Amino acid sequence: MSEPRLRILMAKAGLDGHDRGVKVVARALRDAGMEVIYTGLHQTPEQVVRAAVDEDVDAIGLSILSGAHMTIFPRILELLREQEAEDIILFGGGTIPEDDLQELKRMGVAELFTPGAYTQEIVEWVRENVGEKAAGGSAAPS
Amino acid sequence: MVTETTEEAAARLVESLLKGNRRAAGRVISAIEDGGDAVEMLMRALYPHTGRASIVGITGPPGAGKSTVVDELIRVMRADGRAVAVLAVDPNSPFSGGAVLGDRVRMMRHATDPEVFIRSMGARGHLGGLALASHNALLALDAMGFSDLLAETVGVGQSELEVAGTADTTVVVVPPGLGDGVQAIKAGIMEIADIFVVNKADHPQADRVVADIRDVLRMDLKRPEWTPPIVKTVATAGEGLEDLWIRIRQHRRYLEESGELERRRRARLEQEIVEIAERRLREQVLRPRTATPEFRAMLTDVVERRMNPYEAAEQIVPKTAAAG
Amino acid sequence: MLKDRTLEDDYRSWRESHPPHNRDWDFTTLSGEEIAPLYSPLDIADESYTRDVGFPGQFPYTRGIYANMYRGRLWTMRQFAGFGTARDTNRRFHYLLSQGMTGLSVAFDNPTLMGVDSDDLRALGEVGRTGVAIDSLADMEVLFEGIPLDRVSTSMTINAPAAIVLAMYVAVGEKQGVPAGQLTGTLQNDILKEYIAQKEWIYPPRQGVKLVVDTIEYTAQHMPKYHPVSISGYHIREAGSTALQELAFTMADGLTYVDASLERGLDIDSFAPRLSYFWNSHIDFFEEIAKFRAARRLWARLLKEKYGAKNPRSWLMRFHTQTAGVSLTAQQPENNIVRTALEALAAVLGGTQSLHTNSMDEVLALPTEKAVEIALRTQQIIAYETGVVNTVDPLGGAYFVEAMTNRMEEGALEYFRRIEELGGVLVGIEAGFFQREIADAAFRYQRELEERRKVMVGVNDFVNDQPIDIPILKIDPEVEREQIRRLQELKRTRDNDRVDRTLAAVRDAAARDENVMPYLLESVRAYATIQEMSDAMKAVLGSYREPAFV
Repeated sequence: MSEPRLRILMAKAGLDGHDRGVKVVARALRDAGMEVIYTGLHQTPEQVVRAAVDEDVDAIGLSILSGAHMTIFPRILELLREQEAEDIILFGGGTIPEDDLQELKRMGVAELFTPGAYTQEIVEWVRENVGEKAAGGSAAPS
Repeated sequence: MVTETTEEAAARLVESLLKGNRRAAGRVISAIEDGGDAVEMLMRALYPHTGRASIVGITGPPGAGKSTVVDELIRVMRADGRAVAVLAVDPNSPFSGGAVLGDRVRMMRHATDPEVFIRSMGARGHLGGLALASHNALLALDAMGFSDLLAETVGVGQSELEVAGTADTTVVVVPPGLGDGVQAIKAGIMEIADIFVVNKADHPQADRVVADIRDVLRMDLKRPEWTPPIVKTVATAGEGLEDLWIRIRQHRRYLEESGELERRRRARLEQEIVEIAERRLREQVLRPRTATPEFRAMLTDVVERRMNPYEAAEQIVPKTAAAG
Repeated sequence: MLKDRTLEDDYRSWRESHPPHNRDWDFTTLSGEEIAPLYSPLDIADESYTRDVGFPGQFPYTRGIYANMYRGRLWTMRQFAGFGTARDTNRRFHYLLSQGMTGLSVAFDNPTLMGVDSDDLRALGEVGRTGVAIDSLADMEVLFEGIPLDRVSTSMTINAPAAIVLAMYVAVGEKQGVPAGQLTGTLQNDILKEYIAQKEWIYPPRQGVKLVVDTIEYTAQHMPKYHPVSISGYHIREAGSTALQELAFTMADGLTYVDASLERGLDIDSFAPRLSYFWNSHIDFFEEIAKFRAARRLWARLLKEKYGAKNPRSWLMRFHTQTAGVSLTAQQPENNIVRTALEALAAVLGGTQSLHTNSMDEVLALPTEKAVEIALRTQQIIAYETGVVNTVDPLGGAYFVEAMTNRMEEGALEYFRRIEELGGVLVGIEAGFFQREIADAAFRYQRELEERRKVMVGVNDFVNDQPIDIPILKIDPEVEREQIRRLQELKRTRDNDRVDRTLAAVRDAAARDENVMPYLLESVRAYATIQEMSDAMKAVLGSYREPAFV
């Protein structure tokens, strides 16, 4: 197996306990041959980014269903910047209104999936947008 | 994920790791997992800084509660001032090759502790095998300065057993209520254990399992100087872990005092050198010599009984006069 | 016997002359259960009417817990809501009471549900968002200001810190001069389903159950009109379980509380009459009706025959139902009105005692007033226009319904056996048994949906290109700031020595394995915060760590 495996961190941040979606997506990514690391529930942005960095994942898939997305997504982007890990792609899902969605994407969230999105859609997006990056390679941090 | 294509880049990455940069550490381990040329460069740069950490392997059948034991053990070790790195190996799906690595969920409370590093690794897909990748990953964490390395594996595959076996101290976690008792545990696990943990010790069958293990140990004459102790834990309640840590330290003292540590490490390093050399031989000598049309023609001859395998091998690697 | 043989022969000859030409479709329930093309008396031949079906209001209560059901009294139309500050919610309460509702329902925000104060870092962005923020008795007092607790029944949807919130409710009553014994209402307080499905936990499972038993014991002794536990299947279903898993896992949880309370030394009849259930009503019509009927029969049989409860009120599986949130779609949201109506009808035909109908836009945000009105009207149309209330259990005797009821009961008993073999619910939770079953079912369903073997109208079939309109729920950030200000003011002005003393007493009580309720009450009266009290208990009881798997 010389094809670089994709490592994705599936994260649940905030105090909401809905993990049905994140677990379904985790399994779908696994079935697509990826390595998925699940953070568990109730993570703080600090815990999510620490896990992403130590595990050196290619992307973070963040699920937020508590409405606190405008607080948590930007905080994670900030922490990734601080830890020189901006090349880790942040995507996610939740009940996110259109305005907020556009704002988050402007801030640097790569993609957001709303209710009803098929897992296949998400898997394909990851393959195309996260794999691409990996194939390109990148420089070492200084 | 990142393949360093120049020696300088590898050196820079290692330098960063040695300064304690976690991003660099994460990337080094990924490069190690991905295999390839980068690995050698990284390991050459890392090696001088290794050799200080103590390695504990933790294995056992699924359902034993290993992750909880590890999580609690980290707590105890941290209270004792140790800096702990964990490598958690999970099996891959046999169908897709992918994996969901969920062990760190149990260790979440240590997630922001700067003296703890947790890394998940799938069991398959490593060029060179799991044992090599995990061994090198542990060396990287050793170089980074962690005093104690925990390698947690699910003891179901041969390679997972190998990972556990390369540790200084191997802890085997056994759950009660296994049905056929300890016999049900995969052959090989029992032999490598330096310490047994019977977790979920509040289970009615726990004492039965302890007795079963004692019976097996009585029959084992290989290691008269160290009889593996059996530690009862209820990891979810945080009970018994202090005892486990005491036993681990006792085992380390035994290893040092008896010279066993030195012997094992020497033997492992010898093995490592030989394995590296074997890999080179395979890549640099064998592979080119068996990728030729001549070899394939020879193979046909062997299949059709015009030649025997020994003669064919002679063609590839002639017996030298010096050998033997 | 001769009669049956003739019927079987007739059936066979009918089947032969009318082979089942199925069109290309999966004739399974939402949960995946195979359904036969036809049900007839042959499918319920082993049933005895009196023994298995019975009359309503009589053991085993398959047809209803009361003899008259909706002819005597309609189900309670209880719509639950909650948002923002205690002040806002208090205003909403006064409005609802003026409209004639006699029952209030409180939803709490995420930090409160997790025993976290509004000024804690973890609460950032979540204060007052999905319910009311309660940090201390001070907030509770505002919440119920001017509301006579001796005349109003309150349902509080809270679990991990439920004991604390109950103590707060009692303290508010005290301030009003209403003794605890006169308070009526319900606490959700079903911690086991949190580990399995809703995932709002603090302590480990065994300790969580201990706190539930503390409230059961306390209310048995001091609050005989109060329902301390609402054993919930709703969330288990929302997490992705099948109907059968919802039934079996929920009831297994209920039985665990019963066992734990008996272990505590309580007499079964002293608490069982005040236990109630909370079910989901999902879109597969008949499966749900069968589930409700099977639940009644199972509980009655268990409580009477296994536990030997003497008071018939202990045998009653009384329940509240909420239509399935997870069946609603963001696409073409008006369709949700139809879904909710059908699910509500199933709950009524299933004999529910109280019902909450979801609003069509509830998938995405707190509902608009118009949508809430339609949801309420839905119940009223069922009650006043359809005629289904004219007789008790109108579907009783329908071959399909009775056969499905039997099947559900058997399936549940099978699950009970498996759970027992594992070592019980607590062991099952630790082993991840329930969580895995649910995740498997959820994953299976998602695959079926994506492969079009199951349809969600508007989502994977009958779609239009209308974009999803997720409404902007602007929670005023001032709500969070204000709440934090008030909390910090409180911490400055209260008697902090008294707080520390009472917290230490709570901790000690927990360490001595005593019932913590009286000590929590003392702490509540001293204006300790919900996090302070939760943390005091956490120091002794520990915190929960999720199992490591998916």
